[in-house]
Amino acid sequence: MDINELLKLAEEDKALMDKDTAHLTINLNKVVSKNIVPGLHVDTKELKDSVEVKIKVDDGVVIEKKVHLCFGVTHEKALQKIKMDIDIGKNASISVLSHCIFPKAVDVKHIMDAKINVGENASYTYEEKHIHSVDGGIEVYPKADVKLDKKAKFKTTFELVEGRVGKLDINYSVTGLKESVMELMSKVSGRGDDIIKIKEGGNLIGEKARGVLTSRVAVRDNAKAEVYNIIKATAPYARGHVDCKEIIQGNGVATAIPVVEVKHPKAHVTHEAAIGSVNSKQLQTLMARGLSEDDATDLIIEGLLS
Amino acid sequence: MGVLETRNLSLKLNGKNILDKLNIDLWQGHVHAVVGPNGAGKSTLAYTIMGLDGYRNIEGDIFFNGVSLKNKGVAERAKMGITLGWQEPARYEGLTVKQFIIASAKEKKVETVEEVLSKVGLNPEEYINRAVDKTLSGGERKKIELASILAMQPSFVMLDEPDSGIDVASLEKIFEGIKLLKNYGATVVLITHSLTVMKQAEHAFLLCGGKIVEKGSISKIEPYFEKECLPCEHKNIPDKGGS
Repeated sequence: MDINELLKLAEEDKALMDKDTAHLTINLNKVVSKNIVPGLHVDTKELKDSVEVKIKVDDGVVIEKKVHLCFGVTHEKALQKIKMDIDIGKNASISVLSHCIFPKAVDVKHIMDAKINVGENASYTYEEKHIHSVDGGIEVYPKADVKLDKKAKFKTTFELVEGRVGKLDINYSVTGLKESVMELMSKVSGRGDDIIKIKEGGNLIGEKARGVLTSRVAVRDNAKAEVYNIIKATAPYARGHVDCKEIIQGNGVATAIPVVEVKHPKAHVTHEAAIGSVNSKQLQTLMARGLSEDDATDLIIEGLLS
Repeated sequence: MGVLETRNLSLKLNGKNILDKLNIDLWQGHVHAVVGPNGAGKSTLAYTIMGLDGYRNIEGDIFFNGVSLKNKGVAERAKMGITLGWQEPARYEGLTVKQFIIASAKEKKVETVEEVLSKVGLNPEEYINRAVDKTLSGGERKKIELASILAMQPSFVMLDEPDSGIDVASLEKIFEGIKLLKNYGATVVLITHSLTVMKQAEHAFLLCGGKIVEKGSISKIEPYFEKECLPCEHKNIPDKGGS
């Protein structure tokens, strides 16, 4: 499998042909292709066992078309390390679709370490979609430290769209100043002996800062999931919510630890967590329409993770 | 002989007789009502016929087209043509109306979804991609439930309290849906304590304390039900009030 097949797998090939669409494609630790648009700067540096990527959006620049990032590994065994430094200028706006594709992974490790700064009144949306091998021979470590300036908006979604999880260890920390908004969403379904760890932290340190941390996880067979989401609010009128739902089947094991910490009397943070088997009424309704228990369960989980 | 028959059907829940030696014949292509006050065992009868979890440990038997349902699960019964519309339908986070209806549908096409939504008075363009979740009102959810049943094209449909939680205009659409089911030959059972709903049926069974205390035409059951059961003065104990 070469990089072009990889891009086709992610349905990225057409987007990458468009000269008005910015993109960056990295296979293992090599930059394969890059296209930039006015106001967007992408600098890369290939090191021995990693790649450094610096992305900057100039003040006031609104990138109209979604920027495509593709981090792939065509090898069966490999270590991919990507260090990202992202700076979104004041009043700028960018939306990024990132595909992480490891279709042949038997023993692949993907480490992403990102520092992200979203400027005053700027907006950064990051969708991360993973395609893994069917055997789950991969370990994925996405880590991000995000700073939101006044009125900045940050929205991220993490989704495994194909293949087995393997081992996933998400570690995001977001700090928001006055009137900033953070929305973090993770959706993962584990099976076999997959291990899922999600740790997301939101620090609402500015007045009227808002944050929502949402996790949707399903585990079956012998898969294990551990979700630790924490929102701290230390400023007046800060508003936060932690929402975690996990479905377990078979010998799957799930843990959810939603933590809220409020250090200002005018701040307000709520949480909800639910772990359990598939809702009986949902299941039996679909079965009363003729679906088998397995098909009904799959459909309910598909909805939850959609 | 009915398309569905219960023979000495009894069910105990938590040691209490909820259904007590019921013998009911439901005729093909007819609209029946099972009426009675709250706690009479109406919904339990529907859940037992559907074979839901917790409602399978029966005495007696249920026959559908002559075949015993005793050892058949929910999905098997559904594949035989039996289905149930819940009093308060389930909601599904993330599942769209299209996915929900197509999962139920005999003909798994978008056109089917659009057609059945229109039949229950919902604009397909507006609803097809909406989630079947808490953003829908009770009435909308109820109509989508009925739409999914229309798409399934079952031969035996039980609708538990079809008027529950919906407004008058929506109720007319539900009644139209019941007529559609009858028109294509389905047997319909309305589980209700509402006189308005009961009047949609041709025959009624009055259930009280898990027993049938009266059965017959609507003109026969209606005055009795209105007089004796609204309100119920004897807490569903047939011996104290049933004829």
